[in-house]
Amino acid sequence: MKVLMKGNEALSEAAIQAGCTTFFGYPITPQNEIPEYMSAKMEPAGGVFIQAESEVAAINMVYGAAAAGARTMTTSSSPGMALKQEGISYLAGANLPCVIVNVARCGPGLGGILPAQSDYFQTTRGGGNGDYYTPVYAPSTVQECWDYVFKSFDIADKYRTPVMILIDGMLGQMMEPVETTVYPRLNVEKPWAINGNADKRPRNMLTSLSLYGEVLEAMNIERFKVYEEIVKNEVMVESTVKEGDTVAIVSYGAPSRIAVNAIDELKEEGINVGLIRPITLWPYPADIFQSLPKSVAHILVAELSMGQMVEDVRLAVNGKLPVHFYGRTGGVVFEPVEIANKVREILGKVIKPIEAKGITEVYNLRGGV
Amino acid sequence: MAKMVYEKSRGLTNTPLTYCPGCSHGTVHKLIAESLVELDVLEKSIAIAPVGCSVLAYEFFNCDAIQAAHGRAPAVATGIKRVEPNKIVFTYQGDGDLASIGTAEIIHAAHRGENFTVIFVNNAIYGMTGGQMAPTTLINQKTSTSPYGRQEATTGKPLLVSEMMAQIPSATYIERVSIHDIAHINKAKRAIKKAFEYQIKGKGFNMIEIIADCPVGWNMTPTQARQNIADAMIPYFPLGVYKDEGGGPQ
Amino acid sequence: MTKKMVFSGYGGQGVLVLGEIVATIAMNKGKEVTWMPSYGPEMRGGTANCSVIVSDRVIGSPIVQADIDVLVAMNVASIFKFLPKVKPGGLVLVNSSIVKEKLDRTDVDILEIDATNIAGNVGSLRVANMVMLAGFLKKTDLFTLEDITAVLKQRFAGARSQELIPLNIKAIEIGLNE
Repeated sequence: MKVLMKGNEALSEAAIQAGCTTFFGYPITPQNEIPEYMSAKMEPAGGVFIQAESEVAAINMVYGAAAAGARTMTTSSSPGMALKQEGISYLAGANLPCVIVNVARCGPGLGGILPAQSDYFQTTRGGGNGDYYTPVYAPSTVQECWDYVFKSFDIADKYRTPVMILIDGMLGQMMEPVETTVYPRLNVEKPWAINGNADKRPRNMLTSLSLYGEVLEAMNIERFKVYEEIVKNEVMVESTVKEGDTVAIVSYGAPSRIAVNAIDELKEEGINVGLIRPITLWPYPADIFQSLPKSVAHILVAELSMGQMVEDVRLAVNGKLPVHFYGRTGGVVFEPVEIANKVREILGKVIKPIEAKGITEVYNLRGGV
Repeated sequence: MAKMVYEKSRGLTNTPLTYCPGCSHGTVHKLIAESLVELDVLEKSIAIAPVGCSVLAYEFFNCDAIQAAHGRAPAVATGIKRVEPNKIVFTYQGDGDLASIGTAEIIHAAHRGENFTVIFVNNAIYGMTGGQMAPTTLINQKTSTSPYGRQEATTGKPLLVSEMMAQIPSATYIERVSIHDIAHINKAKRAIKKAFEYQIKGKGFNMIEIIADCPVGWNMTPTQARQNIADAMIPYFPLGVYKDEGGGPQ
Repeated sequence: MTKKMVFSGYGGQGVLVLGEIVATIAMNKGKEVTWMPSYGPEMRGGTANCSVIVSDRVIGSPIVQADIDVLVAMNVASIFKFLPKVKPGGLVLVNSSIVKEKLDRTDVDILEIDATNIAGNVGSLRVANMVMLAGFLKKTDLFTLEDITAVLKQRFAGARSQELIPLNIKAIEIGLNE
């Protein structure tokens, strides 16, 4: 049976069902439903909920809980994610698994609470100091919010890495029916955990530190071997691009659904366009751009930013095709007609005479800034 | 056959300590190690090392150990202790770590009444980074970032951490001790052991502030530095129990 | 079939819940559904609204910006804001207890429902939102009173809240008989 759920609720309940026993959060709009849900449900489920004193503290509690071997999660939104970067870097450096959710809002600075995708760089480039990446999942529906929580915990444990889930405030706040399937969990032994069991095994030590260049280099090279495995095995992308399409739109997350409407609109005019929707933002589905149908003459990247993922697309396309960009920022959400008009412009067609203002009021502002 | 009269605590590993000659950290490490062994909790203990001179403490304590980001040890300890509530968890933090960058984390760990132990080593200076001024640096004390001596007008008075922590309703046991002579070392040992006993009994948050020296950072010989604790540090940082709601040792 | 609906009113009039109930009914009938809340930049003391899309196929954008099929307007501000966006032939359900203005669209189907007064008469202003459902029953074949009852039973499953179900049903029935 399906249940009508907000994206934020789906992320929360799925985490509990996936065996997350510890949650550490801090209030920030538009992710407040998650700590609220966890505060109600975590303790009855036998787990731990703490409203930390800051995002910095929350991510360091995650560091501790992950080190002790628990499945653990924290969630925040863009300015809070900026604060968490120190901890994420440490988690990566000490090879600790956890799930971190960013229900993104617009920026920079305090920005606003409307949805945006302007944390793409931060999320896909490590975000903190040092040589590291984190796998990033970008669900586009509430159902995918549910599903990718299970996936994220498994990937975190399998590769001993923090895993990010990146959505925007729009998806966090909206409701859709969810099939609440409890997926079988990947059970990974954690013999490295510091859980005070040194009477049963040699003592364990966890650190991201080495004062010796060769040692730290070796640690980083080992970690990048793991990254190679992730790149080889874990890329996820959805594509509707087929022979006959002249343009491929690249868009991810909930805004990719607006691109779908644009594609439908264009189809009525006989303009065939396909959608490439990266599901993992790191590792990036670069290969798909090397095997596009011959009919595709243009790539259009549509994202809610001044142009961030477009850089990955350019790298992947590597000069083979022109890469165009359409974005809105500051919390403005593009309308289908705006994307469709960009395609028309690219193809030299008549632009639909609608003054597209963008959508500036798409979700519940409860909680305020 | 020779009789063993003294041996290094098995609470410490065989890794040589990396501290400077005359540094207090070795003494404090020993007191913690002995306490954990005597309370028979060494194997179930988890140490959290800070950023600072004792950043490598995870190499020295012979139990599970983790290195934390600067100032965040109490948050890391919170995460660990909530997952393993029956294990013994302690943070080891200096004055830069605890009293400067980590004030939010230490206050809120106490505020929540987290059931772990904090060993706060206050030597009034940032040793690791080259002797910069700390929140606990004494007035007129020269450091590499207070080359003319700490001035109250621009940097305030040294922070009294134990006094501050004792105000937090959920903190259970706060004591300030020193390690500048044998009598005080023995007293410090009793305080540290009591803190761990309280933790074993689930009494909640406790912190032992240890007035320590830094001969290199203070530009003194080890003997002068120990004397300076008695002459300059203790008059400003009075020793004693600031709060004890744990019911005392058994 | 794709229906775009907007539920709009003052905060506290229960428009978000009303949208959620309609979305749940549609979900239970096997439809694709999205529900999106919005208070807009003027939320403080202004309108609260949500949009619901019900469709037989996968829904792309969950945002309803224009071409509204059904507008449920609980206050005057909702009319100003959304009436121009209702598509020709669309349905407008108006809470006539509060909206006294004459509506300036002749190309849409307007049904006035004395919702707040009816709710007051059955004993709770809080069920004014439910009275608006009577308009759906009168003017559309999207769902039946039985479908509504089933969802109310889901929502008010607790022993104490169960007594709210008859109150809600009564409110809808009075609305139907108006």
